[in-house]
Amino acid sequence: MSALRRIANLFRRPRMDAEIAEELKAHVDMRIEDNVARGMRPEEARREALLVFGNTTVMREKVAAVDASLALENLARDTRFALRRMRKSPGFAVTVLLTLAIGIGANAAVFSVVNSVLLRPLPYPHSDRLLSLWLDAPGAGGLSNFESGLQMSPSMYLTFSGHNKTFESIGVWAAQPVSVTGLAQPEEVHAKMVSGGVLEALSVPAIAGRWFSQADQDPHGAKTVILGYGYWQRRFGSDRNVIGRSIQVDGITREIVGVMPRGFRIVDRDFDVLLPLAFDPQHQKLAPFGYSGVGRLKPGVTIEQADADVSRLMGLWMDSWSNGPGTNPHFYERWKITPHFKSLKNLVIGNVGSVLWVVMATVGLVMLIACTNVANLLLVRAEARQQELAVRAALGAGRARIARELLVESVLLGVLGGVLGIGLAYGGLRLLVSIGPANLPRLAEISMDARSLVFTLALSVMAGLLFGSIPAWRYARGKAALNTGGRTASVSRTRQRTRNALVVAQVAMALVLLVSAALMIRTFAELRNVSPGFTGAEHLETMRIAIPDTMVSDPKMVTRTEQQIAEKIEAIPGVRSVGFAVAAPMEGVDPNWDEIGVEGKVYPGGEPPLRMFNYVTPGFFSTMGTRIVAGRDFTWDELYGLRPRVMVSENFARENWGSAANALGKRVRQFSKMPWQEVIGVVEDVRVHGVDEKAPAIIYWGALLEDPYSAQPAIETERMVRYVIRSDRAGTENLLNQVQQAVWSVNANLPVALPGTMQEIYSQSMARTSFTLVMLGIAGAMALLLGVIGIYGVISYAVSQRTREIGIRLALGAQKGEVRWLFMRFAMTVTGVGVAIGLVAAAGLTRLMSSLLFGVSPMDPLTFVAIPLVLAVAAAVASYLPALRASGVNPVEALRAE
Amino acid sequence: MATNDLQGTLELLVLKTLAATGSLHGYGIVLHIQRASDELLTVEEGSLYPALHRMEQNGWIQSEWALTETRRKAKYYTLTAQGRRQLDRAEKSFDDLVKGVRAVLRYA
Repeated sequence: MSALRRIANLFRRPRMDAEIAEELKAHVDMRIEDNVARGMRPEEARREALLVFGNTTVMREKVAAVDASLALENLARDTRFALRRMRKSPGFAVTVLLTLAIGIGANAAVFSVVNSVLLRPLPYPHSDRLLSLWLDAPGAGGLSNFESGLQMSPSMYLTFSGHNKTFESIGVWAAQPVSVTGLAQPEEVHAKMVSGGVLEALSVPAIAGRWFSQADQDPHGAKTVILGYGYWQRRFGSDRNVIGRSIQVDGITREIVGVMPRGFRIVDRDFDVLLPLAFDPQHQKLAPFGYSGVGRLKPGVTIEQADADVSRLMGLWMDSWSNGPGTNPHFYERWKITPHFKSLKNLVIGNVGSVLWVVMATVGLVMLIACTNVANLLLVRAEARQQELAVRAALGAGRARIARELLVESVLLGVLGGVLGIGLAYGGLRLLVSIGPANLPRLAEISMDARSLVFTLALSVMAGLLFGSIPAWRYARGKAALNTGGRTASVSRTRQRTRNALVVAQVAMALVLLVSAALMIRTFAELRNVSPGFTGAEHLETMRIAIPDTMVSDPKMVTRTEQQIAEKIEAIPGVRSVGFAVAAPMEGVDPNWDEIGVEGKVYPGGEPPLRMFNYVTPGFFSTMGTRIVAGRDFTWDELYGLRPRVMVSENFARENWGSAANALGKRVRQFSKMPWQEVIGVVEDVRVHGVDEKAPAIIYWGALLEDPYSAQPAIETERMVRYVIRSDRAGTENLLNQVQQAVWSVNANLPVALPGTMQEIYSQSMARTSFTLVMLGIAGAMALLLGVIGIYGVISYAVSQRTREIGIRLALGAQKGEVRWLFMRFAMTVTGVGVAIGLVAAAGLTRLMSSLLFGVSPMDPLTFVAIPLVLAVAAAVASYLPALRASGVNPVEALRAE
Repeated sequence: MATNDLQGTLELLVLKTLAATGSLHGYGIVLHIQRASDELLTVEEGSLYPALHRMEQNGWIQSEWALTETRRKAKYYTLTAQGRRQLDRAEKSFDDLVKGVRAVLRYA
């Protein structure tokens, strides 16, 4: 009942108000009548009645405030008043709103990214139960070079999925480019090879057709394929009748059995087609460990329980499989393989978390600086209203009433700024997604959702309360202000102190941001200085060719075809040289890892450590610009003759033989049954994992060699190779077309895949650094600008407040320079205090970003000296203009003005 | 246990006044309390009107506009059934309070 009445009252405000007024008036009138009846004169009677009653307006508000809905009405009234005041000073409103919109917009955008990438669950049903199945193998030397441990082998998958008790399903997958022919042009598409259990674990149903069945995973069964949404749209025009049709994948006819929905990815990887791995249990060994595992836990099972469950199966795994006749299946006990499962989300997010949190903290600081600026502006405005507020307080307006009005104004500013900010953030996110920083995971999922909007709204309101509370707190005590009188010959100390404190805070925060940005710039410069192990990246065009088994089956023929392609490309005008290898540096592919034993060396534990392999051809190093520091390159005769030759990286040579020259003629081998291989050349170290990672030791084999593990003589060839083409025309469409023609002149069914210059690959390896650098750079620039505006504003205001004092000083004979110095000294003092505080804060905070730095200490002396100087100069410039105005004051006018 | 405070006391006085007089306007309530307490209690208008409106919101009293003896329009308040029950509760509570305070004072 009473709630209803309250709501009803909301619509009856004017009548309610009138009723209250009338009721109170009746009260006063009755008292007047009684007073007259008691013999007072009419005026006296009225005066006495009013005196007893008190302030009618205040009373009316108090009575109205009893009702909650009326209090709401009051809020609306204050809001209208605040809006009216804003319209009256558009300059102020625009400045404040723009400042806030930028600050809030930046925060909303970055929070949306943090939310989409780090906080939101992965887009699979009950994704908290999904695990990424990595293993730990502390006993395998050199394994620490792997990013996250050891991956699964097919035999592990077969053992684990058949015998575990904690998973609903387990599967493994691997990526592979495949050629699709028989549609229009031959095309290389991204395929994900999945075992049974992968789609079941991810649990996203197909939008047409079905998942792979048990029969599809039979190596001798029907050949099938599932299409990704994008590929289905692009090549089949979203035709639902594709189910049952066939396409040629790497020369094999496969029936399309399903289409996956839009946005479905295999663990954050896009794909065009899915193929069944179809492992043959008859032909599995313990190795190779090259498959990503994914599993869905049964409800209520923890990661620890899953780890324990699978640990139990290790013995069974080694009992069930071997690495071929004559090998010890329990050899891997030395590796101490244990499950080290982690949530799938952790794997997807990777190390981007630290970058995002640093960026979030950065824009948070910018927001604080923006808030202090706005608080300063509001203080100045409140100062101008001081007279009005004091009079109202004297007339009986309560402290809470005035504070509320000031707060309503600032929260309104905050919310309006927030609305603008959301617009900015929306645009910024669209831009970010279209630029697409390469190593930002879950890029496609980035969007503003309800949580981002709530965050932005909360941030806006909190910002409003934050910067509004300072003037509200200062000026709500208006009664005292009236006593001091309206005129301020000089600035009242407490007011100025508040503003000074705000500027000090601003300078300190700006310093922290600028130091962080400068450290990133230094990092970037250091990275640019590092020699990556190749030269002239902008003149190196690269592309990949894959020759499937079904197209050319003879291993030597494969290499010969690849060599022919290289020769055709080399004949293109403007091409200086061509080479190819399994992997180019920094493309994110480690071709292989295995043990390498050096002749005459005894290894602790009996097993030599794992080394990274690459498979190269003659001319690859000279095209890349990778120096051969000792010995010579491979020759084609050595490759085709399967001669036992090998090349190694300089750091491997130094580690084992002391120097590059000493390595020549020494011998290594991969496997105890393999003949020794002679080192014929040593090449300079190449930072294959990016310029900020140490160059690993690399063993370079020829791209055609004797299969070390095969019992019968067999040849290992490389069917997927990356070409590097040195030409001044690298990166042009024209060159790529000619390359495509050259490839087709050798084999018309071969697609050219992943074209791009080495410079692009190189830049991508620095993407994290450049992304952080750009974000911090923008934040630092904003902080500097806001800081300068803050200092300028405070000094200007001080000058305008002290005009009379300056006039007196000048009249008494002060020199103009002295007056200027008075204000500049003041500005420099404030800045100095801010810089001192900022330096201490920066020293503490930059430690947090040390993982993002390279070749520069978080306490880099150059940065810590240069940035305070920059800030000091900026502060001097910002204060010089108002100081100049101060010294230009005309004493006569200044004194007359009051 | 008696729960009471000054606010509650003012409400008790208003409820009792309305129970005794049937129907009265704000000014009349001030005068009645003053008279009935032998000028010991003076109700401030600043507290009275917010209290009256609060009590009306609570449903203890209701109001209507009527003419006074001097033919002036004024808002008259009367008790509701709910208000009568509240009066009983408040009276009991106040008695307890007085007894309790007395007891403590005697003990000391």
